[in-house]
Amino acid sequence: MLSSGATGTRASGRALDAHKIRQDFPIFRTPRMKPLIYLDSAATSQKPDAVLDAMNRYYAGYNANIHRGIYGIAEEATAAYEDARRKVAAHVKAGSPREIIFTRNSTEAINLVAYSWGRANVRAGDAILLTEMEHHSNLVPWQILAAEREAELRYVPVTGDGELDLEALSRLLADGRVKLMGVVHISNVLGTINPVPDIARLAHDAGAVVLVDASQSVPHCPVDVSALGADFVAFTSHKMLGPTGIGALWGRRALLESMPPFLGGGEMIREVKLSGSKWNELPWKFEAGTMAIAEAVGLGAAVDYLQGMGMDAVFAHDRELAALAMEKLSEIPELKILGPPAERRGGVVAFTLGEIHPHDVATVLDDEGVCVRAGHHCAMPLHEKLGIPASARASFHCYSTPEEIDALVRGLRRALKVFAR
Amino acid sequence: MSGMDDLYRENILEHYKHPRNQGTLEHPDITYEDANPLCGDRIRMDLNVRDGRIDQIRFSGHGCSISQAAASMLCEAVEGKPLEEVKKIGRDDVLEMLGIELGPVRLKCGLLALKTLKAGVYGMTQWPGEDGAPEGGA
Repeated sequence: MLSSGATGTRASGRALDAHKIRQDFPIFRTPRMKPLIYLDSAATSQKPDAVLDAMNRYYAGYNANIHRGIYGIAEEATAAYEDARRKVAAHVKAGSPREIIFTRNSTEAINLVAYSWGRANVRAGDAILLTEMEHHSNLVPWQILAAEREAELRYVPVTGDGELDLEALSRLLADGRVKLMGVVHISNVLGTINPVPDIARLAHDAGAVVLVDASQSVPHCPVDVSALGADFVAFTSHKMLGPTGIGALWGRRALLESMPPFLGGGEMIREVKLSGSKWNELPWKFEAGTMAIAEAVGLGAAVDYLQGMGMDAVFAHDRELAALAMEKLSEIPELKILGPPAERRGGVVAFTLGEIHPHDVATVLDDEGVCVRAGHHCAMPLHEKLGIPASARASFHCYSTPEEIDALVRGLRRALKVFAR
Repeated sequence: MSGMDDLYRENILEHYKHPRNQGTLEHPDITYEDANPLCGDRIRMDLNVRDGRIDQIRFSGHGCSISQAAASMLCEAVEGKPLEEVKKIGRDDVLEMLGIELGPVRLKCGLLALKTLKAGVYGMTQWPGEDGAPEGGA
């Protein structure tokens, strides 16, 4: 895994007991007509008691605004918020918690870089290099910037195996005009684990700054931002067992220091005069207005929960399930799996089922209690490249079990029966 | 197959598997194509009009069973009818034809054919029945 920038210090070999883990997640304990078979963790993960309890403790016990109050519960809230930042920093092995900026989600983290770093550094005639497998969140902010700055957008092609064409990458970087390269660590559709350290080295050699969309990696595998070799890394809480409404941007300190603010308002300033203002220091320069305090606390608890299992163990579990799913799904002749072989993918398996539209597949599966994603998964250009309007996707996390894959297969066989022409 | 009856009633599957009025017209008086970008459903409607009536109607395109069955049912319902009547067809009429409840995402699948037909006939481009309140989806 070193080549993907996913590193770990824990001894793997300690397998997760998903059946036991499920008991920590209230959604799986909630009585319902049929058991919930949740195979859409790439869209959002479920939340353990520890996360919900931590958020509830904040609201019930010490709800106050942070960084301002001079009374006990305000200091407690500030400490909890900043403690969450330290946990997140340690989770991705950041050099300092000051390099972790809380945002609303990955999308906002990427927009922060596009609006702040991008507007200050990208000029007419410069190029921004992305890949064909990016999520819309790592496409649209750059399209907006490129249009505003008359910059050129370039894309690394995806090969027939669902991997990035690294020879094309070198060619696309060759003229030295690329100012920024944006690349997804693990594809949310293909599951491909991209060789980010190699890509970052090539991009840096060509003089580009590198942003990594780690939305599908930080929640599932050990990530060391230094080993990735990136300058910016974006990720989101709600895919890593934490609440919605909070995400993070890690950035190299020198770069973050040099950047102008993104949003203006309270907290991000040191001094405000009617004639102008001075910015606060990192990370608060980028955290305008009252932040999602309870959500930060919840994210901190999610990191604790993940670290308790060990990210190596979580990743091994997710990848084993993906391999098992691929094996069982390939027994259905009409089914076509998208993306690379199991040894080069994370816990995501997208597929098409004959001529049956993925919406119909998902509806039949829903009737069996199986939740999968159907559509373009916010990756329309990738689907266009693959020549399909949409796909269905099963994705896993620490609470997913092999029995759930059996239910998925049963549901797919039923869909084939329902729609047999 | 108990629960599935609510989702895929026999009439939907029947129209999906054996669509009526599927195809294109050689020199249609009206032709219009629309898509639901959320799921890639795409429908084209070709019409020939005579004396203010829909003389011939054909649909083509691709998409999920709901969108294709709704197109088939709608074409069957409006062929031979005055254009004026198309204006009166609303979202509830389509839902009645389908005979099922649709969630916010799949509602657009069900209404794509009507939206396409209305856009072709009198330039309406809103989703049928839209009152401005977001229902989710796209």
